[in-house]
Amino acid sequence: MRTEKKAKCGDWVQIHQIVLTPEQRAPQVPEDTSRVPLEMKAKGELVEPEAFVGDEVSIRTAIGRTIKGRLIAVDPPCDISYGPTPPELRSVGSELRGILAGEVTKR
Amino acid sequence: MTSRDYAAVMSRRPDIMRRSVGIDYKTFNTGRIAFDYERMMSETGYSLEETMAIQKESNVGRTPMIELRNLTRLARVLAQPGKGARIFVKDEANNPARSFKDRRASLSVHHARLRGYPGVVAATSGNYGAAVASQAARSSLGCVIVQEVFDSRGFEQPEIAEKGRACEAYGAEVLQLSVGPELFYIFLLTLEDTGYFNASLYTPFSVAGIETLGAEIVEQSRELTGRDPDMIVSTHAGGGITTGTARGAARAGSPGTRIVGASVDLQGLHMASDRDFNRKSFTTGHTGFGIPFAVEPDRSDVPRNAARVLRYLDRYVTVDQGSVFYITEALAQLEGLERGPAGNTSLTAAFSIAREMPEDAVIVVNETEYTGAGKHPYAQLNFARAMGVEITRGDPADNRPGERIVIPERPEQLSVTEVDLNRLRSSYVRHACRALGDDRMIEQADVAFLAEDSGMPAGDVEALLAENGVTVKGA
Repeated sequence: MRTEKKAKCGDWVQIHQIVLTPEQRAPQVPEDTSRVPLEMKAKGELVEPEAFVGDEVSIRTAIGRTIKGRLIAVDPPCDISYGPTPPELRSVGSELRGILAGEVTKR
Repeated sequence: MTSRDYAAVMSRRPDIMRRSVGIDYKTFNTGRIAFDYERMMSETGYSLEETMAIQKESNVGRTPMIELRNLTRLARVLAQPGKGARIFVKDEANNPARSFKDRRASLSVHHARLRGYPGVVAATSGNYGAAVASQAARSSLGCVIVQEVFDSRGFEQPEIAEKGRACEAYGAEVLQLSVGPELFYIFLLTLEDTGYFNASLYTPFSVAGIETLGAEIVEQSRELTGRDPDMIVSTHAGGGITTGTARGAARAGSPGTRIVGASVDLQGLHMASDRDFNRKSFTTGHTGFGIPFAVEPDRSDVPRNAARVLRYLDRYVTVDQGSVFYITEALAQLEGLERGPAGNTSLTAAFSIAREMPEDAVIVVNETEYTGAGKHPYAQLNFARAMGVEITRGDPADNRPGERIVIPERPEQLSVTEVDLNRLRSSYVRHACRALGDDRMIEQADVAFLAEDSGMPAGDVEALLAENGVTVKGA
């Protein structure tokens, strides 16, 4: 879908392509996988003077080659995180230190 | 113009492989099934001395080996009197891209540069991508990493997303794919389009690069304890680290060291399933790779896999996901080492097995890796919960891959499950029989090879061949 989010030549963008449609998938893939396409994403600098998210574009990748696809993000985020401390792990350290402290006292 | 459709590209596989690896594997064939493994390793790989020199020059290896004194004390509290081996870990997180994979990458990238390839390509969702990208960066070579990272809903496995980020940080082009084995098609197309070297995990270079790890462990064990390691525990997936470590330890003159493989139990989850993809909290080091690669090593991305674990494994065990998260927490909290996930699968097994061994025995876990956002237990457990996996504390025997992760309540609950190696050896021979197709005649050399490669007595191999309708010429 074309939106008003715009990129200009040289901007760092992300593209998406359908590599294989469900019909083109390898015969050995399991049933759930065979129902969805094989998709690919890649990042690079926009080649065209300007483009909107949703447009078919070309990018120049980190090794300098050109790949085509549909523009899906401009300045794609890198928001990998940790999230909150899982309660199931919170007390493991103090429990184990307690066991070792007991062992030291015992000896 | 050459066709780029799936079937056409797959049919060009042998040519693409020959050009991109530079090895004509056929020259090592000695029968229909048999090939000369040692000749392949010595003629196309590098000697231990050459490897050490290349790795020294590329700042790889010679990592510290650390005694885990508090985990050893804890194991002894739980063990019978006189039991509880000394547990050591090889801190491979000290390599440039922060895992043992730099050892493999350093040799592959060195070889690519020597042969004049303009760059390297690797199909990997793991640390190997970052290792190849890091080594390519310092060698001024181009690098493309092809990884499987998101499901059809667009959810990225956080650990693989982090590894992709690391590859980009080293200047690589990263092709991120959804779930499926056709990643290999994109890999082949990329090799063809770029003319780059195939820095496969499974070439002789890649496995020779790990032999230094085994040799260093033996040397450091002698320095630190005055004895050879009694046991090395290795996280087993594709077979590289286990094969390379075992070969290196043997070269260093420690043939008595027992080699134990450990994998996270993910049995029941399909590795090519779009649904199952994000219901596992370990992206490698698990049974989904460990068992298929043991019984059918040549399923890899090169014609002859240099990693052949049935030749080297003395014992193979599985551990559950919850126990690995527990030991990861213990390693940080008791030893001050925030590492992993890689290495903590074998550490879980080592902690459990140490309790069976005498106090003066030495047990070595052969790797750590850096941790970070996406890779950390916090990220994995939060992601698993979001994907509908139940997380609780309790008895780890209640772990169900893809459904429930149970964090143990007490350290004595950590245990290993034995995998019957004889079952895997038989399965290996049956796979070899199946691959023969209609022509069921093989040669004497094949029998000897199957015995060596499966670790099974020749008599047992012959019985299995007969069972599978295979006859031996001249027998």
